[in-house]
Amino acid sequence: MPGLIPYLVIIPLLAGLLIPILARLERRLSGLIGNLAILAVLVISGLLFGVRLEYLVGGFSAPIGIVLRVDMLSVLLLWLIGVVGICSGIYSVKYMERYTGSGSYWGLFLLMIAGMNGVVLSGDLFNLYIFLEIASISSYALVGFKGEPEELEASFKYAVLSSVGSLFFLLGIGVLYLAYGTVNMGQLAGRLSEQAGAVNLKHFGVILLISGVSLKSALVPFHSWLADAHPSAPAPVSAMLSGVLIKAIGVYVLVRLVFNIYGFDKSLSYLLLALGMLSMVGGVLLAIGQWDYKRLLAYHSISQIGYVIIGIGLGTPLGIMGGIYHLINHGIFKGLLFLSAGAVEYRADTRDLREMGGLSQRLPVTSSASLIGSLSISGIPPFNGFFSKLIIIFACIEARYYGIAIAMVIVSILTLASFMKVLRYGFYGKLNEKFKGLQEVPLSMRMAMVVLIILCLGMSILVLPLFREMVLIEAEKVLSEGIGLLAMGL
Amino acid sequence: MIIYFLVLILFSVGVYGLLSQKNLLKLIISLSIMESAVNLFLICAGYRKESEAPIMSLGQSLEVFVGHSVDPFPQAMVITSIVIGLGVLALLITMALRIYHRYGTFDITEIRRLKG
Amino acid sequence: MKRGMSLIVKTITRWVVGFIFLYGIYTMVYGHLSPGGGFAGGVILACAYILIMLAYGRGFAFRNLDWRIARALDSVGGILFLSLGVLGMVLLMDDGAFFFVNFIQRSLPGEPFHLFNAGIIPIGNLVIGIKVMGAVFVGFALLSMVRVYEFRGERVFESREEEE
Repeated sequence: MPGLIPYLVIIPLLAGLLIPILARLERRLSGLIGNLAILAVLVISGLLFGVRLEYLVGGFSAPIGIVLRVDMLSVLLLWLIGVVGICSGIYSVKYMERYTGSGSYWGLFLLMIAGMNGVVLSGDLFNLYIFLEIASISSYALVGFKGEPEELEASFKYAVLSSVGSLFFLLGIGVLYLAYGTVNMGQLAGRLSEQAGAVNLKHFGVILLISGVSLKSALVPFHSWLADAHPSAPAPVSAMLSGVLIKAIGVYVLVRLVFNIYGFDKSLSYLLLALGMLSMVGGVLLAIGQWDYKRLLAYHSISQIGYVIIGIGLGTPLGIMGGIYHLINHGIFKGLLFLSAGAVEYRADTRDLREMGGLSQRLPVTSSASLIGSLSISGIPPFNGFFSKLIIIFACIEARYYGIAIAMVIVSILTLASFMKVLRYGFYGKLNEKFKGLQEVPLSMRMAMVVLIILCLGMSILVLPLFREMVLIEAEKVLSEGIGLLAMGL
Repeated sequence: MIIYFLVLILFSVGVYGLLSQKNLLKLIISLSIMESAVNLFLICAGYRKESEAPIMSLGQSLEVFVGHSVDPFPQAMVITSIVIGLGVLALLITMALRIYHRYGTFDITEIRRLKG
Repeated sequence: MKRGMSLIVKTITRWVVGFIFLYGIYTMVYGHLSPGGGFAGGVILACAYILIMLAYGRGFAFRNLDWRIARALDSVGGILFLSLGVLGMVLLMDDGAFFFVNFIQRSLPGEPFHLFNAGIIPIGNLVIGIKVMGAVFVGFALLSMVRVYEFRGERVFESREEEE
């Protein structure tokens, strides 16, 4: 069983290197091999459910060797990467037929998935940095994949800002290495808790690491690249970026740092709550005036990530569980929303809500996808968004942060208003003349959206006590154990 | 100790360049300066006083070698970081070239079609 | 049209480029004994070809190493490196089978300071050197094939592959 762990990185990496060669021989092979690789990753991550494992690369034990570590939180994120990945993969077979260079597209896509898998599996800070950079560089190239001028501008902006974030992260690793002599997470956790000296370097290191990671996960005030980068990417890449990348390399790394390496205390809690509040309120206020569908979705991503950070920043078991649950739910419904926006763009060639109108009569599957995604993100029962937001609000009330709970309810109502605007202008209402002859999107794109629709409803069962025990509470225990989790494993 | 301040000053020079320059290529150069500063910081973090390079010579025992050399791990980190920087640099330069083709200028105050 | 640089540059290049190539191979192969290794050796090898391209012009350099072959070398090198890591896992049937385990060192260990020493590390160096050479050369070649200029008030993005 532990021997399966490196295959989660090997398989997408191998496929990503093979596809550019094979795509020159036969163009349709690239989609087939790519989807098979992502399916294999999904199957393997399903096999790793519920176990805590450690894998020594090369047979060398820490600190000489690299350690790969699997626990419930990693498995949940691996599963999220696999599910959204396979849906985006199936969707992009037809969507990318309009563009050339499908070999390069699939190579970059699989490299991104390999990088994200490596980030989630890594037990060593520098190894995490390497995979973080692999995933980020592939995403810079994917954002600018269509060669339009706006995409290139957005991609350049994203690349420069994200590189600055990575440099801060590397500087933080350097500071911690200077002070404590190791980059292995387990050893670092042990040394951070017992050595009382070099406190200034410890705080400097954590601030650098947190600012680097906040830039990657687009928290306010580090959010300015998101609104340009996510709409400009092709739709399946937007679904992956907004649904998975900012979580796997952003929020996941933040959570590992704060809980398992540093040890959670009051000041970190206040910092996370402040960042979360700013993101939640800022994201939704910026989204209200938007008429571009994908840009509106990108701003709402910032807002929902704010919810997750507030839930995690509370530090109580209920809050952490709600935060992780909302993380997974957001990946699924934001992926669904971006895929449906891409379907509208595929058929109607527009992203402007004022031009789209009454599309539900011609594109039934796409409209129901947008409808269910909007209901999920606004927190309407029985969809998954309702339960996760409810858990976070209860956790706020339990921790006596009544102001934050009220702010959350208000932001939920504003989110609902924003998506009501989307549905009313974009999908329901009078059908625009020029869209009279539209047809529904091809079968593969429809299938991908239907899978995510079913999951939007299906993820609600995770709130039932049986599944909650197996999945969410296990994941939350990983974080609540704090420093003991990693320091013990050696 | 003073070398760390010098490295941070180099980093600040890079940040200043990133904030104040208007030409796309100069932004890329500032990013490269920041990267070099971080690599230099990593190498300085592995320094030990009065030690040699971590290359073992013939006839040297292991204890003498370990007690006598600087830390080789930051050097491995820096090689990896340089390679990553090379990849990002290649990507950024290609993108700058294509932006020049579409917008006709390298000036970032004129490359502003994305708004809102 | 005269291609490349002046006669002095061409002559010196002709004398020197073989040594640069040899030095690159030396850095790659002796990577486990002295500083250097795969990445540095690969960059030096790519620099030899870039020197030829700068001194003699693009067409001559592409007759020495076509950029499509270099691109294929890039992908093949990556696949070979991954399979080197997986080979250890597949061949060793006992408990010590990990990803990138040094299976050659366990079965045929060499003595220190000799060339055939550290198991899969020299092989890894060679493969990475080929990959890096391909990648750096392709980057330089692609950037040199592109030209953006103004032509009658309109910007033209020209991508020229053929060279007279």
